[in-house]
Amino acid sequence: MSAVAVSVSTPEARKARRETLRQLARSKTFVAGNIIAIFWVFCAVFGYRIAPHDPLAQAFPQLIGMSGSHLFGTDQLGRDVFSRVLTGARDILLIVPAATLLGIVGGTTIGLITGYFRGFVDDAISRVVDAVLALPLIVIAVTVLVALGHSTGTLIVVIGLVFTPIVSRTVRAAVLAERQLDYVSASQLSGERAPYIMFIEILPNVMGPIIVEGTVRLGYAIFAVAGLTFLGFGVQPPSPDWALQIADNYPLLGTGTYWWTVLFPALAIVSLVVAVNLVADGLAKVLER
Amino acid sequence: MARFLLRRFGLALITLFFLSVLVFAASQLLPGDIARNVLGPFASAHDVQQLDHQLGVDRPLYVQYLDWVSKFVRGDLGTSLEYQVSVSSLLVPSLVNSLKLAAVAFVLVVPLSIIGGVVAALRRGRLTDRVITLTGLSLTAVPEFISAIVLILIFGVLLKWLPVSAAFPIDADFGTQIDHLLLPAMALVFVLFGYIARMARTGTIDALESDYTRTAFLKGLPTPTVIRRHVLRNSLLPTIAVIATQMGYLIGGLVVIEKLFNYNGIGQRIYTAAQNKDFIMLQSGVLVIGLVYLTATLIADILYSLLNPRIRYAGVE
Repeated sequence: MSAVAVSVSTPEARKARRETLRQLARSKTFVAGNIIAIFWVFCAVFGYRIAPHDPLAQAFPQLIGMSGSHLFGTDQLGRDVFSRVLTGARDILLIVPAATLLGIVGGTTIGLITGYFRGFVDDAISRVVDAVLALPLIVIAVTVLVALGHSTGTLIVVIGLVFTPIVSRTVRAAVLAERQLDYVSASQLSGERAPYIMFIEILPNVMGPIIVEGTVRLGYAIFAVAGLTFLGFGVQPPSPDWALQIADNYPLLGTGTYWWTVLFPALAIVSLVVAVNLVADGLAKVLER
Repeated sequence: MARFLLRRFGLALITLFFLSVLVFAASQLLPGDIARNVLGPFASAHDVQQLDHQLGVDRPLYVQYLDWVSKFVRGDLGTSLEYQVSVSSLLVPSLVNSLKLAAVAFVLVVPLSIIGGVVAALRRGRLTDRVITLTGLSLTAVPEFISAIVLILIFGVLLKWLPVSAAFPIDADFGTQIDHLLLPAMALVFVLFGYIARMARTGTIDALESDYTRTAFLKGLPTPTVIRRHVLRNSLLPTIAVIATQMGYLIGGLVVIEKLFNYNGIGQRIYTAAQNKDFIMLQSGVLVIGLVYLTATLIADILYSLLNPRIRYAGVE
């Protein structure tokens, strides 16, 4: 065990961590973003219990406007829009964090390896990363989802895999800077093995940029999943997913009426992405001073 | 300079090679037999074999790959499985359409976001700055189909100023085409504005805080001159780089926007090819998109080096 690895839990380190948390609690953007995000997580978990009607039941007259019994009206299949908005977070809030986590774990591993070893491995992986980045996420995802068929698992893996090289770039840059520091050469001289230095010693010190990148990726993942769902390659019916509601009902918009079927799920997506971005912004300001 | 260009070009070629391998590998993921997919479950085994042979998919993978790439380089993108005509005869007009849409979006977004970013930087920390930065951040984060629907509702349905479909008549004059392209282009502008403005803001702030700007102020130059001659020149460099990287997003955004506005561009082509499992069209279309992106970043790098003597003379590294 080297001194640095132990120092993670010394009183000074704990004090520094408390200070970071205190700064976060004072950041208005961070707190506001969290409140909205937690509200939607709560809805994703308990939405089916608190919704006034069954979100899937086609039990009501079609396309009636807003009223006391249907706060947001009903859609073209006679489903209660309010209940569908309350329950619509479930699928996206399952897919998005899973995909982001996959991308962060993969990207961190590759970033640590390329940043630590550099040389040929770094060059080779960088070229592949460039190649992947030359294609928009949505094009890659559509291609793979068509080839392998739609499934939530495939969706998560595709987005996670596309995020991997992007995350690895951020991590690599942070590792390159970290590698110059004395504690790395110290443990190299004391004969520590490369995986130990990378994961036990360098990793805790680059957690800041990784966490920030993670929250930024969360925002992109929502963007991507919503877009794919809108195209018909993401969450499948009859889920009350917000993007799916919009895809189902936007053809009616041209008439100018029935706007409630689209507006409320759209506002829900907007509030979720804005919340995640507020959290990311607050974290970035505190962690990357 | 020549060495720099050569190196940059070489890197782009290597990336393109990796990209073509990736695209080829992805199309191999397609389940089952291509000919079986095309002919349906009731075709005889003999017919399937014959079509496999005709398509060349019964050959070893590396032969298929080399065949595909060498034809691609010569401009032969294969025959569409769905339409039975050459892929290029479908892709090229779509690409032209998409470039038109992208051009309208760029003409709008580049000046808008640079002005927005520079103004935010000059008013740093004040209300103007917060409004521009927060608006940019929120617009960027909102999926493009949502901003597009809001735009359609406001300008197409409520005010009836602009057509809600991007598909203009074939013989439409320039003005009519622009009319039809404005709404979809604005949806793309919404997403891109935040990125470019943020970059322009950061670049301007860096330049404002630099020693040479302080010197310029101290020697008594009027503020507009300092901004024009010393700040802007330096702050726009990183902005150019970020504009090029947004090309990648732009094409992805086109898939959604073109579908929403029913516009016959390359995004719509890729989407229909994916839906119809027209893998030859998909394969070539995706490689074309990568090619467009790499060309754009290459041009941006060259522009960047032309504007930045440090890179031009330092050459390699």
